[in-house]
Amino acid sequence: MEHYNMHLTLKVWRQPGTNAQGGFKSYEVDNISSEMSFLEMFDVLNERLIEEGEDPIAFDHDCREGICGACSMVIDGKPHGPWAKNTTCQLHMRAFQDGDTIIVEPWRAKAFPVIKDLMVDRSAFDRVIQAGGYISVNTGNAADANAIPIDKKSADDAFAAAACIGCGACVAACKNSSAMLFAGAKVSQLALLPQGDPERSTRVIEMVAQMDKEGFGSCTATGACEATCPKGISITNIARLNKEYLRAVLTSEEA
Amino acid sequence: MSFKKLLTSAVGRKITMGATGLFLVLFLIVHVGLNLCVFANDGGEMFNQAAHFMGGNWVPRILEIGLFFFLIVHIIQGLILEMNNRSKRGVSYAKSYGNRGSKWYSRSMALLGTLILIFLVLHISNFWLPNRVHQGFLLGEEINLYERMKVTFSVGWIVIVYLLGLIALAYHLMHGFQSAFRSLGVHNNKYNKLLTCIGHGFAIIVPVLFALMPLSFYFGWLS
Ligand code: SF4
Ligand code: FES
Repeated sequence: MEHYNMHLTLKVWRQPGTNAQGGFKSYEVDNISSEMSFLEMFDVLNERLIEEGEDPIAFDHDCREGICGACSMVIDGKPHGPWAKNTTCQLHMRAFQDGDTIIVEPWRAKAFPVIKDLMVDRSAFDRVIQAGGYISVNTGNAADANAIPIDKKSADDAFAAAACIGCGACVAACKNSSAMLFAGAKVSQLALLPQGDPERSTRVIEMVAQMDKEGFGSCTATGACEATCPKGISITNIARLNKEYLRAVLTSEEA
Repeated sequence: MSFKKLLTSAVGRKITMGATGLFLVLFLIVHVGLNLCVFANDGGEMFNQAAHFMGGNWVPRILEIGLFFFLIVHIIQGLILEMNNRSKRGVSYAKSYGNRGSKWYSRSMALLGTLILIFLVLHISNFWLPNRVHQGFLLGEEINLYERMKVTFSVGWIVIVYLLGLIALAYHLMHGFQSAFRSLGVHNNKYNKLLTCIGHGFAIIVPVLFALMPLSFYFGWLS
């Protein structure tokens, strides 16, 4: 594809702190190469802001190769921007045209409070995982990974669910700010494997309870999460979570 | 507090919505079947017999209590869900994701449900309520519902409200039918695809069959 440079207008959400009042600020950027990543475009802008003595725009990033899930931002109304199955750091400026205006906002959910500008606090996800997204194993010699036979289909489905990078785009896209795609992926990944079986019931009950505590909404199966997920996590994982939940509640001995 | 979770947790609320929703789907099948009796074109004889079976017999009358119960649970749970879900965002987006990620009707279930509820208030006060009042809420003598339909559906605005109610129902079912199964845990893609097809068919065919009744009376298609 032809390389080109462009002039863009960015409308970026600026908010000095969690409880501070935020608002959009416009920036004009010039000479943006079509081969830059979206975050590199922000790097260019931030360097200029620092030179001008202004506060640079705060945003999360780490790996910049689409695997850590840090680079959270809603670009023109879609988490991680216009490309399908893609993270912000892997979004390239060739997705845009010279003269475009791009609106950049943080994830919007009460469960993900803004720390600064485009950075949000996603520790709610960590607490959901801590509530049950693990298996208990004895320490000591590592067990042989292939000692327990697992059918190919379950292994593949578990692996596909395990691809979730915990970015939170599903919550950002969902009209209910529901974390069900994330939780569905985490529950499925373990429910599909024999290693996850011993804690199967308590896991799903505790993780759902924690989601409620954190203030995520209920899934209404609109499919917005699946459409925006950078890792293509399937919405069927949510139905599997529902099944696991129903099973756990109906079979528990608890009155 | 295990069972309580089925009514109060984020997932449990959806399970109740799905289960009660599917019960209401079953009711729609019975209701539309009864309605089709008017097309026997026998001056309402078959229809009134069917209506008598439903209204003049204790078994369906007790089931009717169950129907209202599930309907009310579906409505209240739906309203709580919608209010909860709406409270989770905080600051709204300057630019919305819109139809790029989901269908408008899947995002508008509460609105569609409310429109159906408004229609139901009119519908129940047109037929069910006057009939039961006439019966003294026991097994008393029923009114001639066929004749009442003729009168009711000769009024243009009532026919229009019924049609709008049915359009809302169609879109509500378009999403609700298959979503109910997902909420109850059907995750096998083979069934999900099948249920989506059946759901779309159901969402079109059933409201069209319902709509045929007021239309037939209004335009005098029945002898
Ligand atoms: S399910 Fe997808 S969108 Fe949600 S946190 Fe995981 S990777 Fe991100
Ligand atoms: S920075 Fe790691 S996924 Fe984007």
